[in-house]
Amino acid sequence: MPKYSLNINGTSREINVAEGTSLLWVLREHLGLTGTKYGCGIAQCGSCTIHLDGSPVRACVIRVDQVADGQQLLTIEGLSENGDHPVQQAWVEAQAPQCGYCHSGQIMQAVALLEANPDPTRDEILNHMNGILCRCGTYLRIIKAIQLAAQNGQTKTS
Amino acid sequence: MSGLPNTYSRRYFLKTSGEVAFFIGVSGILPQLVSCRDSAGLQEQLEKHELTAWVKLAEDGSMTIFNPAAEMGQGSMTALPVLFAEEMDADWEKVTVAFSPQETDIYGSEGWAPGSKLMFTVGSRTTHSYYPVMRKAGAQARYVLLHSAARHWEAPLEELTTSNGEVIHEASGRRMGYGELVPHLEMPDPLPEIGDDALKNPADFKLVGTVLPRTELPQKVDGSAQFACDIRLPDMVYGLLERGTLHGAAPTLRNEAEILALEGVLKVVPLDYAIGVVATTLEAALAAKSALKIDWSDAPASGFDSQDIYPEYERIAASRSKGDVRTEIGDFSSAWSRAANRYTLDFKNDYVYHAQMEPLNAVVQVAQDGQHAEVWVGSQQGPDTKLGIPALLGIPPENVTGHLQYLGGGFGRRSMNDFIEECGALARELAPRPVKLIWTREDDLTYGAYRPLSFQRITACTDASGRLTGFSHVVVGDGGNLAASGIANSHYAIPNQWGEWREASHGIRLKHWRAVGHGPNKFAIECSLDEIAYGQGMDPVAFRRTLMAESPRALATLDKAAEMAGWGSPDAEGRAKGVAFVEHGSLGTGICEISLNRENGQIRVHRFWIAIDAGVPVQPDIIKAQMEGGIIMGMSSVLKEQLTVVGGRPQQSNFHDYQLLRIQDVPEAIETAILPSVERPEGVGETATPMVAGAIANAFLKLTGKRLRHLPFTPERVLEALSS
Repeated sequence: MPKYSLNINGTSREINVAEGTSLLWVLREHLGLTGTKYGCGIAQCGSCTIHLDGSPVRACVIRVDQVADGQQLLTIEGLSENGDHPVQQAWVEAQAPQCGYCHSGQIMQAVALLEANPDPTRDEILNHMNGILCRCGTYLRIIKAIQLAAQNGQTKTS
Repeated sequence: MSGLPNTYSRRYFLKTSGEVAFFIGVSGILPQLVSCRDSAGLQEQLEKHELTAWVKLAEDGSMTIFNPAAEMGQGSMTALPVLFAEEMDADWEKVTVAFSPQETDIYGSEGWAPGSKLMFTVGSRTTHSYYPVMRKAGAQARYVLLHSAARHWEAPLEELTTSNGEVIHEASGRRMGYGELVPHLEMPDPLPEIGDDALKNPADFKLVGTVLPRTELPQKVDGSAQFACDIRLPDMVYGLLERGTLHGAAPTLRNEAEILALEGVLKVVPLDYAIGVVATTLEAALAAKSALKIDWSDAPASGFDSQDIYPEYERIAASRSKGDVRTEIGDFSSAWSRAANRYTLDFKNDYVYHAQMEPLNAVVQVAQDGQHAEVWVGSQQGPDTKLGIPALLGIPPENVTGHLQYLGGGFGRRSMNDFIEECGALARELAPRPVKLIWTREDDLTYGAYRPLSFQRITACTDASGRLTGFSHVVVGDGGNLAASGIANSHYAIPNQWGEWREASHGIRLKHWRAVGHGPNKFAIECSLDEIAYGQGMDPVAFRRTLMAESPRALATLDKAAEMAGWGSPDAEGRAKGVAFVEHGSLGTGICEISLNRENGQIRVHRFWIAIDAGVPVQPDIIKAQMEGGIIMGMSSVLKEQLTVVGGRPQQSNFHDYQLLRIQDVPEAIETAILPSVERPEGVGETATPMVAGAIANAFLKLTGKRLRHLPFTPERVLEALSS
């Protein structure tokens, strides 16, 4: 079985998995980074959103062999030391999650927005977040959390 | 250990433990204090007596309060412990919350049946059902602390008070934190029963009714909240099932040897309706599943086409055959025969799917001896049936241990054990290795258990004075209450009412879907009321006011929502408002404002205003969150979601063809007013969702003069209604 070297959350990790294995299964089942969730497997729900070199991507449709040596992966576990990234803080302040299952993906998508656009309009938020489903219907609080994080003005990833 | 004999030095025990659990007999059984580190003693107490164990208290004053209910986003991890802490006068800053053990005898509440014990988290019953349980347990814990302080200080118990985690003796100016009392704890024997009169007056609540952050949210923003799919155990293997797309069809596997030869595949497990594969990795199991070659039998659903069935339903509704009578008040037939005006209105709704974001999954480990099992799962079932494992595997119920995890959405789907039993069937074959069973999204959708397709025929009549004298509601569909819930009108004073369910069965799997039949049935009722109001030349809100004259709590929600929405003032150009009332435990009125793109048939919901009477609002922000989520899930089902069946096979397979509402479609705001009340709390999880269809269709009628009578209101149906 081939060996892959991945840089995840600033740490180099080596794993042996079959070629073509989804990055989502590598993260969750092989490396135990279970904060990233499986929801659809076809990039329609966004629960598995992580950052690849700073851009939000759906881990479920990326094969492990497509990630090149040296590319930086960031998952929810690596976003902050103590769950206190400004976006995470804003998420709690807005009391955004209900079941919480999609919210790792929501937060990773929102962090990418605020890094590129620290003061987004409501429409920019809606456009950027539209790929991430939430069945509990927490969308209004997600908008509020992003606006709070923008107001707090400290959106740099630690 | 033989049940903590009286000779055991309790004080020594407590001093060395540092942390104690209160075991408080709610039914007067001898209470005990047991070290929390003594798991054997703890377990023995739990097994030996019908006791409740709700709180752990440490010497530093920190405490853990147990939540007996599943947490699927509805806020049980906060609302139930708050009730306990309120009566205990605990310092909320020092409280952490954990799931209780899965022991129905100890942690159950009445559910629907007085005297019973259940840990079923369904039907929006949790806060209502546990309200007295949590309060009395908290009051008993407080009593133990008072009693212990009285002994320690040699002061009369009657002179002691408590406040925010301290016992206070005003007369001597002494006070002690609850944690400081740990070395001095003495259990009163017998512990007095706490009567209703010993509980706080709701006016004196300090925590209940305030806005507190939900206790589990920090874990839900850093990825550490553990769902069952996140469980990883040593030596764990992965199971998947191929169930086909025809519900109930029996499989014949044609290439077992080929599958078994695939890398990582450990076992092929045939079930009545599926072929299971177990492999060392998830990706190997997925590869094996997709390589299965299976012949499928016919099934009861064979040949069923859902979108062609409505004429048949209409025929059933119009026939003279009588179904299952659910409501009979007065004499509808007589009212009908004497009526001045008569109305006949039909409504339809397609199947909808739960679409909880976490696809079904479970982890089960069966011991080598086949007589013990452990289950890790997110389930609404609680341990009442031990998740179906004893019946399936022939294991004594007491040997089945459940480990409840967070639920990545429930909505009724996780009150069914099918996925847990499947995992048990695989784990039996792999014992003692733990098996993680995953449903892919395609499995979850295609082999779902849907809200039934149904048909409502409303016949109603008014007398010469314009009074609504008769209302009949016949619902045709599969699944009994799954189709019929919500057809009663308990808050509308209509003297002659008839409610009836007529069965039509197709072999499609069905289950409770948030608010169950209330969604389609309130749609039918609330649209009919607007039609009748206009028929009498009345405003829809004014008409409902007359109907609610004898239900002041319902009327208050109507009046408040109308006030919030500015009902009666002119609508903005191109916009209109619609109203709907729902009773589902709590009482709520919702009003929405919509506009319409007449080119493409898209309905835009701009705003929702809701007024709700939920009894004591235990956690107001959670109620608001449930209103927001309930409306958005309602909008999703009303505007987007459609599960269709052709030849018995569901036609949608994932979120590309089963569309959920996305963030771009949300209203600008959902405003909720919570009416003050000291009545027992009622559920709030299913009150908002059934408002949506009626409110939108009523707004549409006002805006266009056209009728939307078939859920969902897809753009095609909207355009069709416009051109009608």
